[in-house]
Amino acid sequence: MSVSEAEDVLSVAAGWRAEGEEVALATVTETWGSSPRPAGSQMAVTAGGRMAGSVSGGCIEGAVADAALQTIRSGTPQLLDFGVSNERAWEVGLACGGKLKVFVERLS
Amino acid sequence: MTPEILRALTDARTAGRPVVLATRLPGGEQTLLPDASAAPALNAAAERALDADASGTVTVEGTPWFLHAHNPKPRLVVVGAVHIAQALVPMAAQLGLSVTVVDPRRAFATGERFPDVTISTDWPDEALDALRPDRRTAVVTLTHDPKLDDPALDRALKSPAFYIGALGSRRTHAARLARLRELGHGEAALARIRGPVGLKIEAVTAPEIALSILAEFVALRRGAELARPGLSGRAQPTKALPEPVESAAEGA
Repeated sequence: MSVSEAEDVLSVAAGWRAEGEEVALATVTETWGSSPRPAGSQMAVTAGGRMAGSVSGGCIEGAVADAALQTIRSGTPQLLDFGVSNERAWEVGLACGGKLKVFVERLS
Repeated sequence: MTPEILRALTDARTAGRPVVLATRLPGGEQTLLPDASAAPALNAAAERALDADASGTVTVEGTPWFLHAHNPKPRLVVVGAVHIAQALVPMAAQLGLSVTVVDPRRAFATGERFPDVTISTDWPDEALDALRPDRRTAVVTLTHDPKLDDPALDRALKSPAFYIGALGSRRTHAARLARLRELGHGEAALARIRGPVGLKIEAVTAPEIALSILAEFVALRRGAELARPGLSGRAQPTKALPEPVESAAEGA
């Protein structure tokens, strides 16, 4: 797979789903300040641990992957809030100082 | 996301049809826009998102929605199936462009030289008429041959293409502009042509020239400040395609 194909996270996620994988899709819905990726940036995660794309410069991908696995299990979408005012953001280290919201949903 | 929404979204993207995936926050109910049964204000917001090529969250009639704009890929029309084009085409594909190579010289425009790309062996003016460049299209001429480059540039100037570039030295470019003037193009139209094409990075090899062309393409697309060719001062930033909501990587 080429890099440009890998950037098309939605197609990758749909392909994984078609293969029978349990897939969650995370999408940046809103950003403030110096967030590294614009709204619409996506990351796909499977129950088996495959990952594609990104929602930040690497700061919050781990936390988003945890939430994605939760959403795969529960089926309930989540709207995650990362920012300097958020204690969790400090934990996961949003070093850029930006704020962003990420919507996590399961591909049913 | 339901399988029905995913299929409809995938179909639209495959067909190159602009659509917006609207997600109601925080619950996650989804619909594809434009849709006749959706609220007119929501459809209007979707149209704006597509027009700006930017996704984001909007509040419509008290309800927050995330509008994810899915526009077709920007297009690059390369006139001249030459050596530089062989370097340019795969790099452009990496940048997410949908590329067409135009060259009526069938010895050059072969599938072996240009795998995995659309090739047109029509005469460049006819090829451009068929491709109908829009404001998400870039046209670059690389043949050095006026009888191939000129008809392509003539058609590109009559289109809203957001990037028009022509390979050739300053002297070649001056002669080219004189010929295009004779075809009736005014100075404002001619100033749209980036010639000599590409950012000035002293490129020598074919991949370096391809890099300089694509760097200029990105700069114009993202509204970076660029010096106009042939002028000493710096021009106002050109925003042919709207910027994404946030600039990339700053402070990351």
